[in-house]
Amino acid sequence: MDIFSQIRNSSQWVFYLFGLIALLAYPSFANNFFVFQIGALSLILGMIALSLTLLAGYGGMVSLSQMSIAGLAGYFLALFGESNAVQSLQLAPIIAVPAAIILATLVASFFGLLSVRTEGVYTIMITLAVGVATFYFVQQNYVIFNGFQGLSGILPPTVFGTNFKDPVPFYYVSLMCAVLAYVFVVSLIRSPFGVALQGIRDNPRRMKALGYNIFLHRIVTHSIAGALAATGGVLLAWFNGFVSPGIVGVDAMINILIIAVIGGLNHPIGGFVGAVIFILLQNFAIDLVGSDRFRLLVGCVFFLIVIFSPNGLIGVGSKILNWAKKRPKASEDKMGMEVIKVDDV
Amino acid sequence: MKIHKRKVSAIVYLIVLALFATFAAWAITDNKNLFVTVSMNGLTIAALYFLVAIGFTLIFGLLKNVNLTHGSLYLLGAYLGYTVADLSGSWLVGVAVGTFGVGIVGFLLQVLVFRHMQNQELQQALVTIAISVILADLMLWGWGSDIYQLDPPDWMYGAVAIPVIGKYSIYKLFILGFSISVGLGLWLLLNKTYLGVMIRAGVDDQQMLSAMGVNVHVVFALTFAIGAAIAGLSGVIGGSLMSITPGEDTRYLLASLVVVIVGGMGSIIGTALGAILIGLSEQYGLAYAPTYGVIFTFIIMAAVLIARPQGLLGRE
Repeated sequence: MDIFSQIRNSSQWVFYLFGLIALLAYPSFANNFFVFQIGALSLILGMIALSLTLLAGYGGMVSLSQMSIAGLAGYFLALFGESNAVQSLQLAPIIAVPAAIILATLVASFFGLLSVRTEGVYTIMITLAVGVATFYFVQQNYVIFNGFQGLSGILPPTVFGTNFKDPVPFYYVSLMCAVLAYVFVVSLIRSPFGVALQGIRDNPRRMKALGYNIFLHRIVTHSIAGALAATGGVLLAWFNGFVSPGIVGVDAMINILIIAVIGGLNHPIGGFVGAVIFILLQNFAIDLVGSDRFRLLVGCVFFLIVIFSPNGLIGVGSKILNWAKKRPKASEDKMGMEVIKVDDV
Repeated sequence: MKIHKRKVSAIVYLIVLALFATFAAWAITDNKNLFVTVSMNGLTIAALYFLVAIGFTLIFGLLKNVNLTHGSLYLLGAYLGYTVADLSGSWLVGVAVGTFGVGIVGFLLQVLVFRHMQNQELQQALVTIAISVILADLMLWGWGSDIYQLDPPDWMYGAVAIPVIGKYSIYKLFILGFSISVGLGLWLLLNKTYLGVMIRAGVDDQQMLSAMGVNVHVVFALTFAIGAAIAGLSGVIGGSLMSITPGEDTRYLLASLVVVIVGGMGSIIGTALGAILIGLSEQYGLAYAPTYGVIFTFIIMAAVLIARPQGLLGRE
């Protein structure tokens, strides 16, 4: 490691430190609406988008079913834990939450199993089909999922007299989960597992020849991303207080893709950047285009980003930074390693 | 290894057939009328799904473009057909405008957008998602969230006597026949015309076709236009069978996706097979296990993906 990258790494640490302090201090200068509706929701959707970033940016598998996993985790939470549903088991949160996350992770692994033997655009097709089928299933099934109405009365627990439904405690719970998920993903992509995953993304045949079980590697990535999305899904169910088919609908599935792509798929922070932009647009689009045409606006933003900056806003940001520093266009990837392009044999 | 694989898949097909025969035997002894009606409805839906999916698989086959706007193009065709048929008083004019209107939209999409991002399959897929979000909202803006119903002309209205169940809707029989003729027409186009030769050559090797002096951009744009036009056409046909509402784009996008995943991308016969499997299973599911109907579709898709990821008749 040369001296320049050390300096850059140290400036990165300063950046992270200030970011964390700002996030921790945020509730002290923001009102409840900004803490809960904007802050907490951005962190939750950012986590679900982060799971997509891991799959798409580092595994080369653009999965549209991450929202389905998150939504199913919410459903499972309502079915295992305390809720208004008659078919609910009414277990204590300490059992219900892990059970919901584990079951949703198993579902994610199964979805992964279905899609990993195909590549590229097939993954989008299959995960979209699987996700839409999930939506129609929870909408049509009344015995377990209560059909169109969904399940309601999902409340976060009260621990040591702190009610986690209150905006500020809920924000801190979301922040804790989001930071843990972020740190986890950042260390995962630098671990041998993550490096091998990127190798599989770039050249599956070569990785296979090196002895990696690429299908298993991809399925495990689906499981890990599923666990992240499921955690976000539990928080989202607490945030809304209910789960309904709309939560796993096509619009919601595409929203997660839009968030991840707007932010940028080539860095774990992208999902969170995209989520903040998306939530701000959602809440304040009324002033721009009227609340009815929000999806038109978001569709256009997504369109422009995909066409002009495939790396999202992070890509735009780094382009501006590069231009400001008058540095030659660095051919480095996010890990600071030189990308060596070798043609496929 | 090959023979062994074939033996295994033959056994699997036999088991599936046996299971279906058992189910059919039970259903016929239980209620013959219901079973035949449901089967006929299943085939009608299959015909509609085939119509929608064939455009999707045609576009993918040549352009490698997973066109996720396909559901939106279906719905656009339905709305256009409804409005024009309503204004002109003629269903056939509605069909014509729905078909050509959406064909032109498809042509423009290919020329203005997708042409500029060739060989970037992922980016193309993302752009088609963006366009479908935009189209869905524009259509909601233009036509609102009302439910529309197109009426087929009088001579297709009513029922005709057929064996076992007595009466069956003429329009549903028309859809069956029409969809078979579109399938045949497309097969003839691909196999017996000069354009078809160029399209098939383009599927196999674009660069070579281009080097032979063929303007591939024109071939691409025409293919996209034909695929989109068939989507618009099926929108008008389907909108006359069922209602036209904002959520239908998703439903038919799912249908196209599942049909081509099961049948195999780029194959007309595979698409027909996939459509029949999905149409029948959906209708049997609705009739015999109402709240689990989707599960059957899902199980078929999952089984095919695990056993043959490229689809039943897809190329390896």
